[in-house]
Amino acid sequence: MTGDLLLFFGLAIVAVAAAVGMLASRNAVYSALFLIINFATIGVFFLLLGAPFIAMAQVTVYAGAIMVLFLFVIMLLGAEQVQQPGGGGWQRPLAILLAVALVVETAVLIFGGGASQAILPAASDYGNPQAIGMELFSDFLLPFEITSVLLLAAMVGVIVITKEDRKKPE
Amino acid sequence: MIDIWLVVEWVVKSALLIFVLLTGFAYTTFYERKLAALIQVRVGPNRVGPGGWLQPLADGIKLIFKEELIPANAYKTVFILAPILTAVPALVITAVVPWGTQIELFGRTIALGIADVNVAVLYILSVASVSVYGIVLAGWSSDNKYAMLGGLRSSAQMISYELSLGLAFVGPILLAGSMSMNDIVNAQRDLGWFVIYQPIGALIFYIASLAEVNRAPFDMPEAEQELTAGYHTEYSGMKFALFFMGEYIKMAAVSAIFATLFLGGYRGPFVDQYPLLGPLYLFLKIFLSLGVMIWIRATMPRLRYDRLMAFGWKVMLPAALLNVFLTAVLIIWRGW
Repeated sequence: MTGDLLLFFGLAIVAVAAAVGMLASRNAVYSALFLIINFATIGVFFLLLGAPFIAMAQVTVYAGAIMVLFLFVIMLLGAEQVQQPGGGGWQRPLAILLAVALVVETAVLIFGGGASQAILPAASDYGNPQAIGMELFSDFLLPFEITSVLLLAAMVGVIVITKEDRKKPE
Repeated sequence: MIDIWLVVEWVVKSALLIFVLLTGFAYTTFYERKLAALIQVRVGPNRVGPGGWLQPLADGIKLIFKEELIPANAYKTVFILAPILTAVPALVITAVVPWGTQIELFGRTIALGIADVNVAVLYILSVASVSVYGIVLAGWSSDNKYAMLGGLRSSAQMISYELSLGLAFVGPILLAGSMSMNDIVNAQRDLGWFVIYQPIGALIFYIASLAEVNRAPFDMPEAEQELTAGYHTEYSGMKFALFFMGEYIKMAAVSAIFATLFLGGYRGPFVDQYPLLGPLYLFLKIFLSLGVMIWIRATMPRLRYDRLMAFGWKVMLPAALLNVFLTAVLIIWRGW
């Protein structure tokens, strides 16, 4: 168990450091890179929890596909240099308020003893691809299908937008 | 408790795999130059050592002594990181490919293969999706417009073909009923090679993997005539060698994955009686697949960029989707 604990804290330091680095760095590309490190460490956390499927999905979808698109946009727009934070007047107090609420909630959950009762042990085949497939296509069929319709709508939207863009110069 | 000998076994196997991949890389370049020369009726390298067999060694020594340049306006950290990010995924992606059944050594049963995990196929996909970064970042950090364009082209190409690649994986997964590479190989012992059941899937996989490793005819990122050398324009010496190594090791890796998914992996006659034949069969299949890649490079012209993207999205992706659909229908209908 101590090995796991050491691994967890090592990774946790990396994850937090990467998150802080993402916020602190001036260059948007570096921010994106820090976020990738953060996503990858979270993937390893899932592995530690015995959920290889989710770990791989995390790395493929977030660290791989989504962040590549982020980088793409940042590079193509030449928006590497982040503007000094000037705008967002109402966002800052709101962000502070929400952050405080999150910290208080977490503290209440951890120190109020709620955590020991609220968290159930995961099923033994949790994170196994077959088990996830069965769950998705039986108990969670409706949400699954709704998600797929949403994604389809997004794809259709993208195609419509690019089509209109192409017509304008003519 | 953790078995110390198990850790030793893993370390030895991993070190062995990396050693084989690194020497294999050197001799893949030699293989390519010799075979391309044969196809194009040239002589090829024949000066260094008997028959030119020490050529890769000479190339390596030359690259070590080359001057390493970093452009003045480059983003230095990322510039140095990029070749590493290209080479490492190429090395780790083969960790889930089994080389054989198992052997008895020093009174221990040793499985031939590093990791037999139940998400092996997803592991391959996730490593492949991360391997884009090396090239994108190399292009961006060089502060060179050709490098930048090469990097962007390459990432767009890899993202596009990754979809077809992922869908091509689905056929063998459905047939074997598992995402573990060992299960897929064992299913081919009973059913026969999956290339028979999945001819379209195998073809799509092969084409998409060529695009994924930026090989001809999909070597747009390095199109010399328009982009000088693409994303690695500004790289020299060992950093360039790392990109070069990444490309050739990826060729070997996708060949190994192709062999495992569609050509029966380490399976062949008498493999159950003599387990050491397994790695040999796998090597032969990889060797053949590499030969086909070199053959394609030596004979095919490069695709134009817009055609390449159109082909990826309008031909490959629908074909791959149709293939998945047909496979699923056939499996339910015929009850394989």
